[in-house]
Amino acid sequence: MNILVLLKMVPDVVEELEVAPDGKSLDTEFLRLIPNEPDDHALEEALLLKERLGGKVTVLAPDAAEVDEALFTALAKGADRALKLSGADASSNTAGLALAIRQAIAATPDLQGVDLILTGTQANDDLDTLLAPVLAQLMGVPFVGIVTSVVPDAGRRMVTVQKECPKGVRAEFEMPMPAVLGIQAAEKPPRYVPVAKVRAAMKSLKIEAVEAGEPLPALPIEVIAMDKPVVSERAEMLEGSPEEVAGKVCEILTARGLL
Amino acid sequence: MAGEIWVLAEHWQGQISEITFEVLALGRELAQALGVKLEAVLLGHGKKDLAASLGAAEQVLYADHSSLAEMTAESCAVALENLVRSKKPKAVLVPLSNVTLGIGSLLAAKLGAVCINSCVDVSVSDGKLQARSLLYGGKMEATVRAAGDPVILGIWPGCRPIEAGRTTVAPPVEEVAVALPDEPKVRFKRYIEPEAGDIDICEQEVLVSVGRGIQSADNLELAQELAEALGGAVSGSRPVIDQGWLPMSRQVGKSGANVKPKFYLAAGISGAPEHVEGMKGAALIVAINTDPKAPIFNVAHYGIEADALDVLPALTAKVKERKGH
Amino acid sequence: MNAATAWTEIASCPSSLENLFDTEEGRRLRTCIQCGTCAGTCPYGDTMDYPPRRMIALLRSGQIEKVFTSDSLLNCVACYACMAKCPRGIRLTDVLLPLMKEQTLAHMPELPAELQKALQNTMRYGNPMGESSRKRALWLKTAGVPIRVLPEQPGPVDLLWFVECYSAFYARGQDIARATAKVFNALGLDFAVLGNEEKCAGECGRLTWEPGLYETLIDYNMAIFAKYSFNHIVTGCPHALNAFRLRYPSYGFRYDTLHVTELLVRHLDRLKPLLKRKLNYTVTYHDSCCLGRRNSIFDEPRILLKAIPGVKLVEMTHHRENAICCGGGGGGMWLDTYYKTKGYERLSERRIKEAVEIGADVLAIACDYEFSRFEDALKVLGHDKRMVVRDITELLAESMEA
Repeated sequence: MNILVLLKMVPDVVEELEVAPDGKSLDTEFLRLIPNEPDDHALEEALLLKERLGGKVTVLAPDAAEVDEALFTALAKGADRALKLSGADASSNTAGLALAIRQAIAATPDLQGVDLILTGTQANDDLDTLLAPVLAQLMGVPFVGIVTSVVPDAGRRMVTVQKECPKGVRAEFEMPMPAVLGIQAAEKPPRYVPVAKVRAAMKSLKIEAVEAGEPLPALPIEVIAMDKPVVSERAEMLEGSPEEVAGKVCEILTARGLL
Repeated sequence: MAGEIWVLAEHWQGQISEITFEVLALGRELAQALGVKLEAVLLGHGKKDLAASLGAAEQVLYADHSSLAEMTAESCAVALENLVRSKKPKAVLVPLSNVTLGIGSLLAAKLGAVCINSCVDVSVSDGKLQARSLLYGGKMEATVRAAGDPVILGIWPGCRPIEAGRTTVAPPVEEVAVALPDEPKVRFKRYIEPEAGDIDICEQEVLVSVGRGIQSADNLELAQELAEALGGAVSGSRPVIDQGWLPMSRQVGKSGANVKPKFYLAAGISGAPEHVEGMKGAALIVAINTDPKAPIFNVAHYGIEADALDVLPALTAKVKERKGH
Repeated sequence: MNAATAWTEIASCPSSLENLFDTEEGRRLRTCIQCGTCAGTCPYGDTMDYPPRRMIALLRSGQIEKVFTSDSLLNCVACYACMAKCPRGIRLTDVLLPLMKEQTLAHMPELPAELQKALQNTMRYGNPMGESSRKRALWLKTAGVPIRVLPEQPGPVDLLWFVECYSAFYARGQDIARATAKVFNALGLDFAVLGNEEKCAGECGRLTWEPGLYETLIDYNMAIFAKYSFNHIVTGCPHALNAFRLRYPSYGFRYDTLHVTELLVRHLDRLKPLLKRKLNYTVTYHDSCCLGRRNSIFDEPRILLKAIPGVKLVEMTHHRENAICCGGGGGGMWLDTYYKTKGYERLSERRIKEAVEIGADVLAIACDYEFSRFEDALKVLGHDKRMVVRDITELLAESMEA
């Protein structure tokens, strides 16, 4: 199995996000980036498939702050190759990123024979569109999103996936490979890799550079403003010790006939 | 006719989803502001009767094909592409849910059209469509304008009240043909139901719901005691289910259940949009969280800035006291 | 206390299992007489397939891989009990067990989720809670007394107070931090904190799972210390103390370190007159493993408690070198759910039962891990109405109130 995993760095929402002085973008002073969590799941799923069926896992990520660590971590987890894509500012220009990745794949010999392209089903900075379906369309291959299970049948060149539906139901689909899958959750939570292994990877392994090729088209939508959501309604806060607060809640419940 | 506002109707297991009505209400506002028609697009197989509830639109375009039976993203995008190219609407509003995720993006990519994702609101400004889009887990909103026709807009749940999109009048239905292969590339095989034998949280009047803030599975018993005292059940947000502390049948939110209990207590839940989507319809929402800025407080009616692990037992004690135990 | 474990001896950890037997500690390992005292004294010894005795036997016979694929090391809470009792003075918890843990981590197919999260959070945010490092100093606003923050007011200071994660981020821990600040202030001590520049010191057996993480933190902390000028580092966290005294020196750390109790005992003459209020508590003190067994700090906490008017000090059955660990070290802080699924009794609950047995109404502690663990245990066992947990500084601060 030849699997390509697409990973990107997104704002870490653990940190307080602030609007930049221009009023339309994120303030970058204290901004930290983190690998998009569903992409981590995509990587985990790819590694599980490799362990089960053999083959190769390549990870491709657009250049961004802290991406080197993410790529070396992927290598330390068991990915075979890490590629850093330059010339593609991925933030909130997902359509452009898809195009850049398409070009990079076309320009990288090994990647033309991929069986599966796995990436997170969505990312928290997907302002315009989602990566997986757009890439699938550009490559002329099938796509399914919100995937939680991937079972390839190499002999028949088909892959069976399960997609999450409402109310805990899952839908099973089958499609020919190659295909692009938007991963929601891997079969197991992303594995832990000791920091020592990542540091060892940094010393002994390499990240390869790939170019986006042509410059990215500009984002086709105009961001007029960015702000924190307007809180039009807010909860009435109940104050006091746990006991006092508990009493207040009981009163509210009684007033509503619930107690 | 061209320049209409279209709303893709979402249906699942034989019913139009509630989000469809929300988006229809929004679509109608936009159509009126632009002075154009609102049309609903219904894609399915043997589902023409569902069009009757889509009367908020002036007309329903119905396409029937075996590969549209389960609203598979690939097939729906091809069908919509056909229709958009021939009828040239100004905008296509696609409800965002597990059923439809990807349709809007695929469609936009096929058309070479602009797509705006995660819209919580859309309005008309200077004759152009303007959207407010959620980013970074709901921590920021971007006000965005798109140029060109058509614009594909992914609409987040909750943009308008569901009732605003419902009518009693059945709209006229135009059956349209779409060119789809008999054997789709992405073939639906079957549905897999979740494990049976657990309670249905959608039927509960009281839900004590827990999130990461309860810190470990051991503390579930605090929620369980309170749920029992109140005659309800325990539910949870996605992280709690992912950790295996509760089964999937107890999950509230985008990938879980949409619940409307009389009382929803959110204990240690931050209130990410995916979760809020599943519980914002509850009649009374009380939230407990140590972070005063947690988004859950924007949807709750009452809030308590405290550690859920302290409040849950205190509340259980008070409830039992009131009930005379 | 066994001379081999006196606090002045710096643990120099061999870098790998390969050269272990060439080191002094390796030679000591060879002298193990297989008496089994280690397994017998280990609080979770009965749950381990391979307690220390068996580990050494396998090591000596070249079959150590068996240990790496078992979960024995997950049950080690790094409490130093085995090391304190070993008749050969083998420094189990300082040397062998961390190496075993490191290998277990490398071989384990899946790490328990909570532990994994704690390690990842510490790497990324400098604290196991996963809170933004920019929120670390938020508690200072609620301190009630002025606290100098070194990055904002650099310049020489006598005491660098290393607050540590649980005191900075957890509500109950902040109570302890506030009490400590109050006492320092009342004594007129010249102290300052690192504010948001502070990151976890990196010790507590959990990080011997993760030497890479550990080294990253040491590098970071050493660089921070080098920026400022101070005479002593004082901390309320015995794990941080352990890190500074035992491991950091082999990276060039040369500062004098003190636990808060050691510092306060030095100022006892000036502290005593401030303790005006009579507290009338029956107090029992829990000797934390890092403070007590590892660093032989048994008397200072007791001296402070006895100085508080009205306090009656009683001792639990297992005290001083024999104290039972709260279960938080060695990663135990993040393995409670894991232990529960295995059906083990929580060590904190075992300890609380002892405290209740001797009729105390206050359990006094001097370690950041303990307040949440013991308060949890009190609630679970239903004793939370008859006993409270208080850090020693909280009791001192209470006695200082008018």
